[in-house]
Amino acid sequence: MDTATADAASPEIDTRPEAIRVAGLHKSFGDLEVLKGVSLTARQGDVVAIIGGSGSGKSTMLRCINFLETPSAGQIVIGGEEVAMRPDGSPANQKQIERIRTRLAMVFQQFNLWTHRTLLENVIEVPVHVLKTPRAEAEARARQLLERVGLAGREDTYPAYLSGGQQQRAAIARALAVDPSAMLFDEPTSALDPELVGEVLTVIRDLAAEGRTMLLVTHEMKFAREVANHVVYLYQGRIEEQGPPAEVFGNPQSERLKQFLSSVA
Amino acid sequence: MTGLLELLGLGASAELLSLSGWGGNLLRGLVNSLQIAFGAFGMGLVIGLFGAYGKLYGGKVTRDLLAIYTTVIRAVPELVLILILYYVGSDIINKISAAMGGGRVEINGVAAGIWVLGVVQGAYATEVLRGAIKAVPTGQIEAAKSYGMPAFMIMRRVTIPAMMSFAVPGLANLWLIATKDTALLAVVGFNELTLETRQAASSTRAYFTFFLAAGALYLMVTLCSGVVFARIEKWARRGQPSLKGGTA
Repeated sequence: MDTATADAASPEIDTRPEAIRVAGLHKSFGDLEVLKGVSLTARQGDVVAIIGGSGSGKSTMLRCINFLETPSAGQIVIGGEEVAMRPDGSPANQKQIERIRTRLAMVFQQFNLWTHRTLLENVIEVPVHVLKTPRAEAEARARQLLERVGLAGREDTYPAYLSGGQQQRAAIARALAVDPSAMLFDEPTSALDPELVGEVLTVIRDLAAEGRTMLLVTHEMKFAREVANHVVYLYQGRIEEQGPPAEVFGNPQSERLKQFLSSVA
Repeated sequence: MTGLLELLGLGASAELLSLSGWGGNLLRGLVNSLQIAFGAFGMGLVIGLFGAYGKLYGGKVTRDLLAIYTTVIRAVPELVLILILYYVGSDIINKISAAMGGGRVEINGVAAGIWVLGVVQGAYATEVLRGAIKAVPTGQIEAAKSYGMPAFMIMRRVTIPAMMSFAVPGLANLWLIATKDTALLAVVGFNELTLETRQAASSTRAYFTFFLAAGALYLMVTLCSGVVFARIEKWARRGQPSLKGGTA
């Protein structure tokens, strides 16, 4: 059995380098404690699916990893580099955060493409302006990526003229353009019409197959079971159960997970 | 041409408005007015951008100071503000000059006009731009953050271009107000279009001719501005399906 995380049974036999490690992560919004000490490790090539009911803290956890939310406490290590945090959890070094963020590409529920830029401009934006890739090189790569996600010929289209599924595939191309060491998917299909979900999942499935490291917050249980090598079930800000998908979905131990799975089935 | 004007009984008016005479004065006044309007609008934009960011992201002191600025400027009639700012401004400059051992300084009319109207425009621009920035979907800014863009780059590459479509209609209004507020500078004796018109009219007793001509000039400025701003708005709204066409 693949041991995906250090929290799993036998981490010592896994020699793949760590991509993302989260330890004792807490996050409160005012009096509301959303994350109550979550620990998780993803090694290179892992596809970790994070499931859980609404309000379980799964999106918050993902957003804490690249500091879109400021953690209240805990430790975050990206590719072996620990993010320097002040005692209150806020990042101590903004430059470090910006550098680390370029290695973690995020795909959002609402796509969040820049609406005043064409698809090509969206995809080359970060390589050209943040990573300082020569424009011609970035454009050539962007065209390849757009073709790869099935959007060849749409380079000069603005996002608003595309379907949700097309926009999300463009957003995935934008994520791939930074050549990320890990990808964070925040419910990538939740805002899509049912008939458009498949095309986005196909792209994500291909990425998983080529060994990309991914953290995937999702409601698509069937998909999670198929692509993930490790599944984490969050309940009220804590990891209630985790393990290989066959175990978590096939033989859930906790009552809450059983209930959750039967409610979403 | 001349024959036609004579026929319409406008021969005298055409003569009065000739470019070598009073008409030339009017045009010079118009150029002065436009210079001030341009400068004041530009200064207002700069103040407005800083003001809007300060109001949205600044500390408590910054926000309070900006609130006082926008409230006071927008509460006091512009004519009063122009008188206050003009005399206060020239007084301060003269005091500084005196303190440094210099004599009375001749205040440049255009510079003074730009400063006075710019401060007024800045208050309104602050509110226009603040609203526009707030209308930018947070997701677009989050996406920029999540890809490691530094704050200034986010402002330059994402926030400002994305807010333009929300800001342009309000800014077009401000520009038109700026062109017409220049007329108020007549009270401090600045030779802009309105003052030139009044001088021409009272010297020749041809009030109707000159004020009608001035009105036509203001109207032309407005019409040309409309064309320019329509283009700017079209550019700013690139990527947004037109409301008329329904969903694309």
